[in-house]
Amino acid sequence: MSATAVRTPAPVSDPPGARSKRLKGAGLGVLAWVVGLLFFLPIAWMALTSFHSEADAATNPPSFTAALTLDGYREFFGAGGGASPWPALINSTVASLTSTLLVLVLALPAAYALSIRPVKKWTDVLFFFLSTKMLPAVAGLLPLYLFAKNTGLLDNIWLLVVLYTSMNLPIAVWMMQSFLAEVPVAVIEAAQLDGAKLPTVLARIVAPIAAPGIAATALICFIFSWNELLFARVLTGVVAETAPVFLTSFITSQGLFLAKVCAASLVISLPVLAAGFAAQDKLVQGLSLGAVK
Amino acid sequence: MTAITTPPAATERAAAPGKQPDQNNKLRAWATRAPLLPALVFLIVVTQLPFVATLVISLFDWNSLYPDAREFAGLANYAEVLGDSDLRNSVWTTILLTVTVVLVSLVLGLLLALLLDRKFKGRGIVRTLLIAPFLVVPVAAALLWKHVLFNPEYGLFNGLLSYVGGPQPDWISEMPLMAVEASLIWQWTPFMMLILLAGLQSRDHQQIEAARVDGASDWQIFRHLTLPHLRRYLELGALLGSIYIVQNFDAVFTLTSGGLGTANLPYTVYQTFYQAHENGLASAAGVLVVIGSLIIATFALRVVSSLFREEVSR
Repeated sequence: MSATAVRTPAPVSDPPGARSKRLKGAGLGVLAWVVGLLFFLPIAWMALTSFHSEADAATNPPSFTAALTLDGYREFFGAGGGASPWPALINSTVASLTSTLLVLVLALPAAYALSIRPVKKWTDVLFFFLSTKMLPAVAGLLPLYLFAKNTGLLDNIWLLVVLYTSMNLPIAVWMMQSFLAEVPVAVIEAAQLDGAKLPTVLARIVAPIAAPGIAATALICFIFSWNELLFARVLTGVVAETAPVFLTSFITSQGLFLAKVCAASLVISLPVLAAGFAAQDKLVQGLSLGAVK
Repeated sequence: MTAITTPPAATERAAAPGKQPDQNNKLRAWATRAPLLPALVFLIVVTQLPFVATLVISLFDWNSLYPDAREFAGLANYAEVLGDSDLRNSVWTTILLTVTVVLVSLVLGLLLALLLDRKFKGRGIVRTLLIAPFLVVPVAAALLWKHVLFNPEYGLFNGLLSYVGGPQPDWISEMPLMAVEASLIWQWTPFMMLILLAGLQSRDHQQIEAARVDGASDWQIFRHLTLPHLRRYLELGALLGSIYIVQNFDAVFTLTSGGLGTANLPYTVYQTFYQAHENGLASAAGVLVVIGSLIIATFALRVVSSLFREEVSR
């Protein structure tokens, strides 16, 4: 913070002050780049290591320029005789997509009844939804496990679908409420006066305004379901294992396996990275439960 | 919003005299409520009922390996959780882990948000680079830190240290809790940055310009205008972060498997019933996590609702 540049009270700044101000600005820009790259470094290193051979991945000091190979990925996808990750990837896809769809089906009407045509005391209802999100997963873990065990639902992907739906529903209701509330009521009323029926209103007026928000909500729900470990770890076994559970098999070292771990971590994170960047603009609103626009 | 909430009230008053319209109104009220019901019922059944069951189980002495020996124990499980030094340690670990991760990532997030609030070349790219750690699957991030960065023989940290002839510590064995915290701070700093950046960008820029014309320094503007404005965003970040990190299981499970004094309450609950089969004890510990979360959540809800009301009245 160079004081000379800032203290000049007049808006017409003298040339040397302006130069030092510009210099400071450029310096802070460079600093932002350095910090950004530092934060990204572990991911970049993970990506680079995933393309190295196991021998090159395990050197000290690190080998930055070693030859690139796809061996890590081949190993991860089961070429070396290890367990194939495909069943887990498919399970995760099914659980995440289905639960996201269910969330939308349940949350859209609820959000409608909390914004466009609100019920009485709609803020109270909204906060009830939020309060269920504050209940940690461990609060119901054991009864859910016992329930699944006694009903034969243990190691069944559909149980996870139901749980992921309940996990994401409060966030989705909050997000969609805030997106639907942006639809101007006057426009809806005008259309209704002109004789437009509810489906027409929804399709022609509400959908176009709320669509980007709904898409972002879906992406965020997808991310949370894809990432979830605790429920999946406790409630699934061999058949319904999800991708994060598959990753836990890498917790204990298995000789030289860094390239394989990096390949696995990267492949399993790719859907989340893609969904996250697609929802980037609405990410804050979703993560802050609609409190921050 | 008041304009919308009045119609039902008005029709109710009008409907008072006759019985027929009264029924109509009830019907209409239920028609308004109907879209809400599936979501509400679903949530209550899937989240609230299991918690009630946890409450009940927490009052029983019940090891699932000896199902016949199940008996009512009153509050004995709670006494055991609070009396057992391992379990008490996990309460302490949970608090330490949560407070450290939230505070450090909040401060780092604030610095990053301040850097990103200025215009510079490639700002969009830097923002994207900074968000990336938050978008790595938590287990994958924990594996990355455990094997690729912290590994004492060929991890990146010791690799870089060997260039400058530095020491070669065994990070996870020597500083287990800090290792877990570091990986979580790396993932949660972007979250804090995003919330605080949104806060910075919602500042009143005319007011800041006016202060600058009046000769206020950068520090004075930050101290007296920016920081008060950011207060609620800082609170929101801290509280939402706390709610997620109090519940953290992935990092503890992956990095240390709860060893070396890093077992937090969620991990302890998992271990107590999944490995030790002590159902009653696990439930009591679970209820304690809920109580802790509820205390944080009460504050969180207050902050969210104050931001929310401001939004609605705008």
